[in-house]
Amino acid sequence: MSGYLSGVLAILGINVIFAYSIYITAATGQLNLGGAGFQAIGAYACAILSNELGLPIYLTLIFSAILGGAISFLIAFPVLRTKGVYMVLATFAIAEIVAGIILNSDFLGGPTGMIVNNYIETEVVLVVAIIVVFLGFYIMSTRIGLAMRAVHDDEAVADLMGVNKRAIQVSAFTIGGSIAGLSGGLYALYFGFIEAQYFNANISIFVLLYVLIGGTQTAWGPLLGASFFTLIPEALRIGDDWRFFIFGVIIVAMMILRPEGIVTRDALDRVWSKLFSRKSNV
Amino acid sequence: MFFEQVLQQIINGLMLGSIYISVAVAFTLAIGILNFLNFTIPALYMFAGMVGWSLSHYGLPFGLSGPIKWWFALFIGINCAILASLLVERFTYRYFKMKHGDATEHAIPLVSSLGFLLIFEYLILIAHGSDTRGFSTPFTNLDWRVAGFIISIPQLISLILSILIVAALSYLLIRTKVGRALRAIAENPDAATLMGIDVDRIVPVVFILIGFLCGVSASIFAINYHEVSPYMGDHVGTKAIAAMVIGGLGSVWGAIAGGLIVGLSETLSIYFFGASSAQITVWSLLLLLVVFKPTGLFGHNAIGKGKF
Repeated sequence: MSGYLSGVLAILGINVIFAYSIYITAATGQLNLGGAGFQAIGAYACAILSNELGLPIYLTLIFSAILGGAISFLIAFPVLRTKGVYMVLATFAIAEIVAGIILNSDFLGGPTGMIVNNYIETEVVLVVAIIVVFLGFYIMSTRIGLAMRAVHDDEAVADLMGVNKRAIQVSAFTIGGSIAGLSGGLYALYFGFIEAQYFNANISIFVLLYVLIGGTQTAWGPLLGASFFTLIPEALRIGDDWRFFIFGVIIVAMMILRPEGIVTRDALDRVWSKLFSRKSNV
Repeated sequence: MFFEQVLQQIINGLMLGSIYISVAVAFTLAIGILNFLNFTIPALYMFAGMVGWSLSHYGLPFGLSGPIKWWFALFIGINCAILASLLVERFTYRYFKMKHGDATEHAIPLVSSLGFLLIFEYLILIAHGSDTRGFSTPFTNLDWRVAGFIISIPQLISLILSILIVAALSYLLIRTKVGRALRAIAENPDAATLMGIDVDRIVPVVFILIGFLCGVSASIFAINYHEVSPYMGDHVGTKAIAAMVIGGLGSVWGAIAGGLIVGLSETLSIYFFGASSAQITVWSLLLLLVVFKPTGLFGHNAIGKGKF
């Protein structure tokens, strides 16, 4: 595998994992515009554990996922009091506060950032990404996933049908936070250097866009959205500025032509029936 | 001495807040009337400033003229922001009513406004690069010393100007026919249509106002700080969102109070706790408000509850 290809694949893996973290929350109809904050928590947890305590890689990754999950569990109770635009603003504020705390803390390197002692290969990122994708599909296929879909489609009706709305939303937010922490840990280990400025509002915006453009109805959405927006610019080999300009144009066009995202349940049903039941068409 | 320094910081904070006021009012109009968190506002702000700079530095495109006088360049910049805002209206709000039975459908205009944010920001980056540019105006070091305090005159004028603009705006909203139509749309778009209001023709007024407010605020910034940059919108935009939430979503006068509070808490926390603590202070304040008193100081109960 060439250096370029493995670099692109590693970024793809990290983006896909990150997209699933936001997707799990979005699948219950909650928009999390603070992804970068949770990713930063995971990245710094991973860096400190491997630098100060010298823990092995798999343990640091597990701890960054646990810390991301624990913090989002605690945050979930106040944040999920809010809805819609207020939730968008609250999660946005959390990401800004996390970045602010990191910038102000000498222990975390402040604005100069932090060097991570451990290192992982691209293969590790890809294996973890595949596990997370399968986990995403698995969660959506369980009863919890069904309840999440119900809350996503109509909160009031789901509540009436006996779905514990609050428990579902809190657990989705917690799972999302821990996956975001995991992606942060992988980022720290792969790039070997982290700084608070990287985890900015743009990162949170982009990952939310991957998910919404991919589609929140099925677990295919984040996989396709993140892959599409990571690989297409690489394939076109265009400069950074034009890449984001075209990204913007695609977003506006998508919202006009297909606001529900690339993958929807209807589209999937149609594809499956074409692929697997040719006889019935005769 | 200590109290005088703190007082000076309070003055600086109020002056800084005057920059946030107009942008916060733009945010609050979009969310109050259209229930739309318009993320293009920081981009429109930056767009006006950068177009103004490029006109006063290079002149009209394709060599049509030499460098233009600063005030006229800023005037054209404001108009460009208004046109850009109308473009945003054409491609975001018009699709607001599309339904596809999905809980995230309320996010459609929000998402396409994020798309427009990227489009405007990177258009300017492609055209002019990412450097901070000096914007030269005849006003430099016009400070007014009162009893040992330093007050910058352009900033004082901009504070007064921002408040006057907001006063004119609230006159427009309360007394005129257009304002009444806008308030009817804010109340309920469907009922407004039934009452004979042509929603598709009135809504662009909001976007013209948004573009105008962003342009004016960017001009004030360029005159006061003598610089513009493609990233100038990010800082002001996030602070203006905070100001809007503190003042209460949808409240025009609340946005003034919010802008001043944000400016004050920013300078005071820099003074007491160091440069990068401002971010934590402002956003913690916002988070606490959103969670425990989402209506802000002067907000209305209904805003942000319906479709969003």
